[in-house]
Amino acid sequence: MTAIRDNPTKVIFHRDLRLDTAARRSGLSLIATATATSCVIGAAVLCVSFFWPQPRDLPMAEMPRVPVLTEMPQHAATQSAPNGYYEVTIHQPDGPPRIDIGLTSMLGEKLNVACSTCHATREPNVVNRATKDLDEFHKGMGFSHGNLSCLACHNPKDYDTLHLADRTPLDFQQVMSLCSQCHGTQRRDYDHGAHGGMTGYWDLSRGPRVRNNCVDCHSPHQPKFPKMNPTFKPRDRFLESHNEVHHD
Amino acid sequence: MISSDATSDPGKNSLPILPILNNGSTRRTALKGVAVTLGLAAFGKALWPLTTIPENVSVSEFLQQHYKELTEEDKTAVFKRLEEETKQHYGASVSIADQRPIPGVKFAYAINLSKCNGNGKCMEACNKENNHHRGVDQSYIRVLEMSKGSLDLGKGSTTFDHTVPQDDKFYMPVQCQQCDNPPCVTVCPVEATWKEDDGIVVVDYNWCIGCRYCEAACPYHARRFNWEKPELSAEEVNPNQGYLSNRIRPQGTMEKCHFCLHRTREGRQPACLEACPTGARVFGNINDPESDINWVIKNKRVFVLKEELGTQPSFFYFFDS
Repeated sequence: MTAIRDNPTKVIFHRDLRLDTAARRSGLSLIATATATSCVIGAAVLCVSFFWPQPRDLPMAEMPRVPVLTEMPQHAATQSAPNGYYEVTIHQPDGPPRIDIGLTSMLGEKLNVACSTCHATREPNVVNRATKDLDEFHKGMGFSHGNLSCLACHNPKDYDTLHLADRTPLDFQQVMSLCSQCHGTQRRDYDHGAHGGMTGYWDLSRGPRVRNNCVDCHSPHQPKFPKMNPTFKPRDRFLESHNEVHHD
Repeated sequence: MISSDATSDPGKNSLPILPILNNGSTRRTALKGVAVTLGLAAFGKALWPLTTIPENVSVSEFLQQHYKELTEEDKTAVFKRLEEETKQHYGASVSIADQRPIPGVKFAYAINLSKCNGNGKCMEACNKENNHHRGVDQSYIRVLEMSKGSLDLGKGSTTFDHTVPQDDKFYMPVQCQQCDNPPCVTVCPVEATWKEDDGIVVVDYNWCIGCRYCEAACPYHARRFNWEKPELSAEEVNPNQGYLSNRIRPQGTMEKCHFCLHRTREGRQPACLEACPTGARVFGNINDPESDINWVIKNKRVFVLKEELGTQPSFFYFFDS
């Protein structure tokens, strides 16, 4: 390095000489390479056109780059939707709940009864607000739903139905109208597909959709979505050493 | 010089140029000889790649054209071959189709991070739907456990193994963001990946050379490499397959989320959305002003990941409580 700094002229001279030799060498090799390359290309074209399995009668410009879908998929074409759109079905509860009384019939079937089986003979007690206030039946049931009392939703005049805030009776199947009285934002989001799970078609002109009901995911008595345990974990390659990396 | 020596006294020539030049060598015949030699060498060189075809690759697969240059007849033949190979290697009868974009449709996806609780059902559904390698439980989705108050993806954990959700965490599934300006497409040296009219970035698994540039280019770590031949039992194989989507990928190729195009281009919801028990996912046609996804983008405070990179994702996130 010092020599180069001390005598730049000499360095330049050497460099020129090197360039000269290199240029001559590269000139020769260029000719050789050019000959070889042209032969390679010629032979490759010959070989490729000979071995290529595809007919080349269409010029590239005319070949369809991206095939255009001209007809609907089979299943969508064969079924015709009523007035152009398929339905959105919302799950519904089967009906009023049945209470398992812990006994079995002589045929071995579990016995269950309607709400009204017991409640028809009992006076409703408006003082009881939650399960902790009860001294018999339903005692073990968890209840954590704001400050609601049992009779905020259950109809004391007919325990096989619910009732709205204005005391209008409501079938158990119509429970979503009941929930929507308080949970308006959730209902708004639900109506726009932004709340609640679903299956089926995003495009209703091609197929139907099935949506969850409020009580499919939220227990009416303990509506907070339950905690879950993740069971599936992809084993990424980089995860092997992940635990050794300390994030702060 | 050499040729004139040979003409004057062939007996003294210790290095005869070619046997065919015995009846008097001239400059012309010497050059012809050189050309023939080089030509033969070049011909051999041109044929040489055929000798490098791995044992598990058929000649027709080796010579297969890029997806965009396949004619309808080619596609029929290619899909038939792939179906036969699946039958042979996995013992499963599958049907491989060519789902094309629906004209006028542009897909978008949104996830409600206030709802997602990190249960991972989406990853499991993806694994099953898309014929992923069961040995490593591969999935196109990665659910990150993030500390509240931070959106630093690098600090998200994917290895959490406890009851979810934790009070101080939120959960963010990350998969292909189907960018409108996709860096993975730009870097591909062989154009094996491209963006289609409905916004889905697809991969021609048979054209991909497995260089993994796209994996390095993706800011969302959304691309996966098939290090091994996927392991699947015949019962686990999803027979409803698409050439650009969930057919079983060959070893040594890249793959990525394709919004389940074999389902969504037929109008169905993606598998991860159907599997989500919290209803956190919203999918649909962003071009339809009445669609759910359109409403979400207009009415929720949506954001995209790493907006500053200019990738313009078609994938949105929002909190709403």
